[in-house]
Amino acid sequence: MTTTLYTSDHEWLAIDGDTATVGITDYAQQQLGDVVFVELPKVGRTLKKAEAAAVVESVKAASDVYAPISGDVLETNEALAAEPALVNSDAQGAAWFFKIKIADKSELGGLMDEAAYKAHTA
Amino acid sequence: MLAHNQDPPRRTPLHSLHVSLGGKMVPFAGYDMPVQYPAGVLKEHLHTRTQAGLFDVSHMGQIALRPKSGKVEDAAHALERLVPQDIVAIAPGRQRYAQFTNADGGILDDLMVANFGDHLFLVVNAACKDADEAHLRANLSDDCIIDALADRALIALQGPKAEAVLAKFCAAAPAMTFMDAGPHEVAGINCFVSRSGYTGEDGFEISVPASDAERLTRMLLDNPDVLPIGLGARDSLRLEAGLCLYGHDIDTTTTPVEAGLEWSVQKSRRSGGARAGGFPGAEKILAHFDNGASRRRVGLRAEGRAPVREGALLFADSAGGEPIGKVTSGGFGPTLSAPVAMGYVPVSLSALGTKLFAEVRGQRLPLAVAAMPFVKNTYKR
Repeated sequence: MTTTLYTSDHEWLAIDGDTATVGITDYAQQQLGDVVFVELPKVGRTLKKAEAAAVVESVKAASDVYAPISGDVLETNEALAAEPALVNSDAQGAAWFFKIKIADKSELGGLMDEAAYKAHTA
Repeated sequence: MLAHNQDPPRRTPLHSLHVSLGGKMVPFAGYDMPVQYPAGVLKEHLHTRTQAGLFDVSHMGQIALRPKSGKVEDAAHALERLVPQDIVAIAPGRQRYAQFTNADGGILDDLMVANFGDHLFLVVNAACKDADEAHLRANLSDDCIIDALADRALIALQGPKAEAVLAKFCAAAPAMTFMDAGPHEVAGINCFVSRSGYTGEDGFEISVPASDAERLTRMLLDNPDVLPIGLGARDSLRLEAGLCLYGHDIDTTTTPVEAGLEWSVQKSRRSGGARAGGFPGAEKILAHFDNGASRRRVGLRAEGRAPVREGALLFADSAGGEPIGKVTSGGFGPTLSAPVAMGYVPVSLSALGTKLFAEVRGQRLPLAVAAMPFVKNTYKR
């Protein structure tokens, strides 16, 4: 059973046990426009909450994606290197960015549920 | 760079049309301008390369230089005091690319100059237009009436279908060749039409009275081959075409020679020419022509897929050393589906194929000096 949580920086986290799958929201991809490049963290890197973890670039600009929580990077989505446009077509599905081993579950308490995120972007 | 960024943004005569078309409006050079429409930058860019794109460039300055003597050559001689171009040789109905230079040989603005028979017609950058107008008044008022045409819009129709689309409204359009310019009726409206643009594609720029601008634009957009194009794709199109963006690739610290714009300075204004020098910064610019400059604007292609953007420092080696230059424009080129950039490097590192590195997020990404334009232009010569 997974639970999806959101950050105010427009990332989503699908929580499954002590693993979180992280991506950017559909709202975020709409704001960015056509995504042409994604840079992902190295597997094994230890991320601290709020540090720059990935980069997503549109034709116009580059945007940082911040680690929504702390933990080690378990896996990254290699499909994004070959097909960055997946971020536009399936931001909250096939275009996940990385999976992280949750270091401190208390950090999840500061995240939003879907209703709160909808209100945040309304 | 934004001359008017303390004031509320100005609106072009097409502002409400942009909003009704779903344009995403952003502040640019003191104006509220569409950066993209619902199609998005990528589709808008590719549509312009394969069909036709329509751009609102009404934020740019349009200035008539009217000779007090009534003779256009007197206005041309006067303007030659401010630019290193041969203005006298521009034939009636023709247009030429030029730069206003400063005493240090730097570039105050780049512009288009057309000969309309009895006067010169100038198109200058939005962010510089007030300063340009003041510069013209301060230096040319004895010879010319400087007439800022504030009540006109400017639209660009660019791409392989531009000629066929415009031909429906302007019988003169198909016979025009690259850099022809003059007054023509478009859909019965008195316009100034030039065969030119800022995309590398064949196309036209049309100056239209503000009161008729929306009507004419809607007529052009009614053609299924034409999409409205925002500033985002305008920038990626001109970057692929290797064209300079003022304030980025050229500015008051770059001479026309350093910028690789030697082709725009005719022999008559260079050392040994009939009217050599006589423009601001001539000593330095002619010295750059005669002895070479130490740095040069070059095109850059990355080996990887990561865009290298404006401001990235350039290095000769993969580690260590001091920066040898800087990227002045860069991003993703949708036609090539690859990163493209331009920047300044020492002349010794400017040969085509020279391997360089750009620092992006702490990493040095490999690049090579590459020929511009990155995408072959399709001007109708």
